[in-house]
Amino acid sequence: MTQFLALIGRVFLAFLRHTGRLVTFSAVALYNMVLPPYYGRTLSRQMIEIGYYSLPVVGLTAIFSGMVLALQSHTGFARFSAEGAVATVVVISLTRELGPVLAGLMVAGRVGAAMAAEIGTMRVTEQIDALVTLSTNPFKYLIAPRLLAAVLMLPALVLVADIVGVFGGYLVGVYKLGFNPANYIQRTWEYLQPLDVISGLVKAGVFGFIIALMGCYNGYHSKGGAQGVGSATRNAVVSASILILTFNYLITELFFAQ
Amino acid sequence: MTSPQPKIRIDNVHKAFGKKKVLDGVSLTVSKGESLVIIGGSGTGKSVLLKCILGLMQPDRGAIQVDGEELTTLSTRERERVMHKFGMLFQGAALFDSLPVWQNVAFGLLQLGRMSRAQAKELAVEKLRSVGLKADVADLFPSELSGGMQKRVGLARAIAEKPEIIFFDEPTTGLDPIMADVINELIIDCAKDLGATTLSITHDMASARKIADRVAMLWEGRIIWEGPAADVFNSGNPYVDQFVHGRAHGPITDNAGR
Repeated sequence: MTQFLALIGRVFLAFLRHTGRLVTFSAVALYNMVLPPYYGRTLSRQMIEIGYYSLPVVGLTAIFSGMVLALQSHTGFARFSAEGAVATVVVISLTRELGPVLAGLMVAGRVGAAMAAEIGTMRVTEQIDALVTLSTNPFKYLIAPRLLAAVLMLPALVLVADIVGVFGGYLVGVYKLGFNPANYIQRTWEYLQPLDVISGLVKAGVFGFIIALMGCYNGYHSKGGAQGVGSATRNAVVSASILILTFNYLITELFFAQ
Repeated sequence: MTSPQPKIRIDNVHKAFGKKKVLDGVSLTVSKGESLVIIGGSGTGKSVLLKCILGLMQPDRGAIQVDGEELTTLSTRERERVMHKFGMLFQGAALFDSLPVWQNVAFGLLQLGRMSRAQAKELAVEKLRSVGLKADVADLFPSELSGGMQKRVGLARAIAEKPEIIFFDEPTTGLDPIMADVINELIIDCAKDLGATTLSITHDMASARKIADRVAMLWEGRIIWEGPAADVFNSGNPYVDQFVHGRAHGPITDNAGR
């Protein structure tokens, strides 16, 4: 019995320890992100890496999501003769939900994993220690530029995903389901509100922060050689994905629940 | 104080990981311009001691002073200032693999922002030459170099900011005997040129004998012997005797299971 209680206590204490460490890490990272000196070179490299090189994967995800959304809502809505709503459903689901969430998850897999692996390898090969001995703060040099780049680039990616996704819906709507092109585009704009897009972009910024934070945090605290880097990478992707879905709900509630 | 102030003073430093005591009251002094080599088997806490001095780890107890200034209580910013006095050659060289060789060597100088990139590169090439590397190495990446060349680049990086104290973590490990001797000679030359104080840890007795003015042996978290390098092979201490002669049987291994 006491052993069981001790186990619960240990698990709880470990949870508190990790939470505390993560919160401290985030605070130090944010502090270093805001205050100078800034590393412009690393920042621009990260922005290209996150923004530009994620375009294909995010674009493909978005276009097929838009296409399947048009097809599904058309067959579904046909049951109560509401096929006319397809364009509206596609654009609102994409801008509010699917754009940010799918782009976030794809980037978590692509960029979050790469960050964890790179920083984790730097940790286990003592490159982070070497930074410190060269009077360079690793939070400033490694972590702040990655956080900032992700926060800036994710909304840009999501904007692209929104547009590409709507285009996917348009393709299916017009060429497969026989909508009138002008009509489809008019229906797309008709009920779309600025807040639909804005809430999606806010989500994207938060998801960007989560992705970079999880990648950096897990990489920074990895230990034990190749295996340690492997588990840091896995933890970065898994924790970022779960946090993205959690915060997706919380932000939606913040914006739309009255 | 009548005797001149020691360059480094380590007083009763303790460090434990969980229940495992790694450093159990280490005290050492290094005078200005002296070369002290700490010998000891794997896992005796040599690296931990070095990391405590560099501030990469915080000792649980004890004092570490450089030029009479206590390091263990410094803030991050003050520590960065003190770090400029230090140069460090890591065991695996710990070169930044995302940067070309010359940016590795000039890293500290580039971070200070006091010179142009062209000037920094010129200086890096000069440092590379002083460790026996040609100018065309400057534009290669660390992964394109052999282990011995990486060590040389690491050494060039360690001395680039003209440190007052240089630390060497197993400088000859993983090198063939000839390259090991080349590195030993470079260490001696660099230290002499800069008039630097050096603190090395190694278990390579050939290296220790070559670079040391004074030798200290660390065992079970304590310094069990220290003396002039000339005395290390007839120290009269059975532990030191076993270690320097590399015998499988003796007091170190007999007590290992305690």
